[in-house]
Amino acid sequence: MSEREVQITACADGPLLVRGAVQVIGEDGQPIDNPRRTVALCRCGASAIKPWCDGTHKLIH
Amino acid sequence: MTAIHERVRPARRGIARGPLSAAVMQKLQLDDPRDARAADGAAASRGSDDLAAIAGDALAASDGVAIDDDIQLALFLLYACAYGSLDWIDPEWEWHPELLAVRRMIERAFERELRRDVVVGEAPPADAEAVAAALFDLTAPTPGPSLARYVAKRATLEQLREFVIQRSIYTLREADPHSWAIPRLTGRAKVALVEIQSDEYGGGRPERMHAEIFARTMRGLGLDARYGGYLDRVPAVTLASQNAMSMFGINRSLIGAIVGHLAAFEMTSSLPNRMYAEGVRRLGFGDDVADYFDEHVEADAVHEQIAARDLAGGLGEARPELIPDIFFGAAACLMLDDRAADHIRGAFEAGESSLRPEGDDV
Repeated sequence: MSEREVQITACADGPLLVRGAVQVIGEDGQPIDNPRRTVALCRCGASAIKPWCDGTHKLIH
Repeated sequence: MTAIHERVRPARRGIARGPLSAAVMQKLQLDDPRDARAADGAAASRGSDDLAAIAGDALAASDGVAIDDDIQLALFLLYACAYGSLDWIDPEWEWHPELLAVRRMIERAFERELRRDVVVGEAPPADAEAVAAALFDLTAPTPGPSLARYVAKRATLEQLREFVIQRSIYTLREADPHSWAIPRLTGRAKVALVEIQSDEYGGGRPERMHAEIFARTMRGLGLDARYGGYLDRVPAVTLASQNAMSMFGINRSLIGAIVGHLAAFEMTSSLPNRMYAEGVRRLGFGDDVADYFDEHVEADAVHEQIAARDLAGGLGEARPELIPDIFFGAAACLMLDDRAADHIRGAFEAGESSLRPEGDDV
């Protein structure tokens, strides 16, 4: 994987792990600061810190 | 202590909790590690008894290594020789044969006891996703009372401070115990561990290093953020949790256990940290104090996936013979952290302090 290439890993029963330079845009059209090099995107809808995962999916299975 | 030692080692000496920690502490403070006599285990200087004999007596008399204040403090000090976490300990002690022999004695007894007490189920097949799934099962959130819920809803300011003091033994050196594993791993598991540790260590930004974020939380609560500032106050259960990590990390033979430990640690972190942050804000503190807990809600939701799949799963797939130890380390993490949390919550609910009393010398 080249440094610029984005890699997205779908974690079973969990978030999408995103590695690489991506810009996440919020509902208001503004970019959201990437807090770290690898981020986890919520895909269960239950996170309290969307778009990021906060592990809440483990409570709703 | 002589005047010379007071001058060159303005140390926070710490208080012994029994004969073994007293002997270790005295040796580290008063003996010279470069002294040939001191290097010869049989001829311990200053007329003190042979350290190994004292350790043997302490282990024989103990009701349980993991709950023994004297033994756990001694082991903590012996590991501090390798970490360099207590600046009054001369680096020359790190490979001192007499100290290493005593550390080994304690470690063998501690490991034996942990293997006896920890319940490990059937090992999953040597497949990364199967290992990860089994770890998620093992670490699944449980309903019922917990220290995190107590801190979120009920803790007083003094109890929040105590909780942070208890955590500081690990967290002011956060991530260090697991870093010992880096050169012992290869391939996917190594890449995963370094990816997690890089984030723990701030991802290139010193102010985002987790230990440093935690130090700001401590200062925000009016606490001393120097490492070991509260060593005298933390009980054996807290030291045992830290010492198990150090033992798993520093011994190459326990590589599976340290990997399993980190996985379980990360996998039981996001949800409780949300509750700790809630408690911090309920007590009127702002983002500066809550930052540490907020950071871990987000960071550990990433780390747990990497730790389960790539670190533990990757290692289990590459070295199936380590799978039982991965689960031993994970289960030991849960057991020891539960014991420490139960101790703290039990004290809080009884309206008592979870810390050792000040100035409790032996």
